[in-house]
Amino acid sequence: MEQITSLVQIKGIRDGLLATFSDAPWEDQRIALLAQIDERPSFFQGARLAMDVGSQILKVNDLVDLRDHLSERNVILWAIVSESSTTEQTAQLLGLATRISKPRPEEHRQVADTITEDTALYVNKTLRSGTRIEFPGHIVVVGDVNPGAEIVAEGNVIVWGRVRGMIHAGCKGNRSAFICALDLSANQLRIADEVSAMLKPQKDPRPEIASINSEGRLQAELWHSG
Amino acid sequence: MTAQVITITSGKGGVGKTTTVANLATALAADGKKVVCIDGDIGLRNLDVVMGLENRIVYDIVDVIEGRCKLNQAMIRDKHYPGMYLIPAAQTRDKTAVSPSDMVRICNDLRPNTDYVIIDSPAGIERGFRNAIAAADRVLVVTNPEVSAVRDADRVVGILEAEEKGTPYLIINRLNTALVKNNDMLSAEDVLDLLGIHLIGIVPEDESVLIGSNRGTPVVTDVKSRAGQAFRNISRRLQGQDVPFMELDSQSGLWTAIQRLTGRK
Repeated sequence: MEQITSLVQIKGIRDGLLATFSDAPWEDQRIALLAQIDERPSFFQGARLAMDVGSQILKVNDLVDLRDHLSERNVILWAIVSESSTTEQTAQLLGLATRISKPRPEEHRQVADTITEDTALYVNKTLRSGTRIEFPGHIVVVGDVNPGAEIVAEGNVIVWGRVRGMIHAGCKGNRSAFICALDLSANQLRIADEVSAMLKPQKDPRPEIASINSEGRLQAELWHSG
Repeated sequence: MTAQVITITSGKGGVGKTTTVANLATALAADGKKVVCIDGDIGLRNLDVVMGLENRIVYDIVDVIEGRCKLNQAMIRDKHYPGMYLIPAAQTRDKTAVSPSDMVRICNDLRPNTDYVIIDSPAGIERGFRNAIAAADRVLVVTNPEVSAVRDADRVVGILEAEEKGTPYLIINRLNTALVKNNDMLSAEDVLDLLGIHLIGIVPEDESVLIGSNRGTPVVTDVKSRAGQAFRNISRRLQGQDVPFMELDSQSGLWTAIQRLTGRK
């Protein structure tokens, strides 16, 4: 669902779709949002859209303009969530809701600037099919990585659970990155630009660690303490 | 009476959603509950066929939404159970004719006079699926013991969790114990192990299910059918009764696996 590459992230919520805006110029994001809708018109057809515009300060003209563009595409704008009171007032003026049932998305964006390559993302749940997690540091998962789920990290990936999905460590070319898991029966593992073929599910799984060996090949071996 | 709205979904097509809806609704109605089924598969309706009500359709759900009839005019009473109704899908329209808020509104209108509203979701995770889950208080995910169906079920469970619909309940449909025994089919433990959600029933493979669907008389009315018994058990569990799982032969270890997995939250 989430489109991490775009300026505007769109995801499904209970009341329809939520578009989350960043701090980039409003005009760019407006164009990005409409472009995303035009890419998949059938998906957005008749959708109810809420927008989290962060700290953007929006005037009546901005919102009316966007609302008209959206309604041309058969998308209904019903709510604006904002940190700015000006924007909130504008939205109320236009009869739009300023609260949605879900709490505001966590403060990912503010943290983003402080990430160094030694920062780790801690994920305390099982990743199901269709989930993709990308992070510019390490990723630690407490739970399983099911078939159809994907993890992409610039650093190492550590999974306290079973791996059946795809994991890519060192995705920006770090060949010393590693992947370890309690049961490493992944569909596919990648470290930097090396790709391993399917690893067979084991009858008696034991913790394994996968890395690039001295011959430059990706291999997994049993983990030994000390 | 305040109805519980239950949506049956699966991700993958052909795993037995519609059959499950027809059977659970019939079982609940047989227990004296007032049940309304809604066919959420606009454009590819078939719940009416499985329930044997096709020739009675005058109005459908799109007629209700677009104001051409009242809600109770689109409710078709079942042939055998006076407490069971069907709101059919439109055959000549598509999923965009219904929005999630339409579904919520219709279900809210039904709630005061009904015990259970059961919604048949279309396959996939697009608009029709979103419509079907919009009003759900509880979601049942149907899967078959095969890799592709389980993968899709996993995706659906992930979406339901993301949409804050709570953890759904699982029905494993068409389990063939002979194939499992020969390691030619995923076992119930394998499926539960991967999905990690609560199991509410296992329905064994049974020819009488297909025969019942073709005749328009759900198999749940057949007292001798094992699949029918499984559906009756699920309906009792939905009503809050503690019904032990059926003994499916050659499934050593299943008990402990189920108890272990359903006990963990």
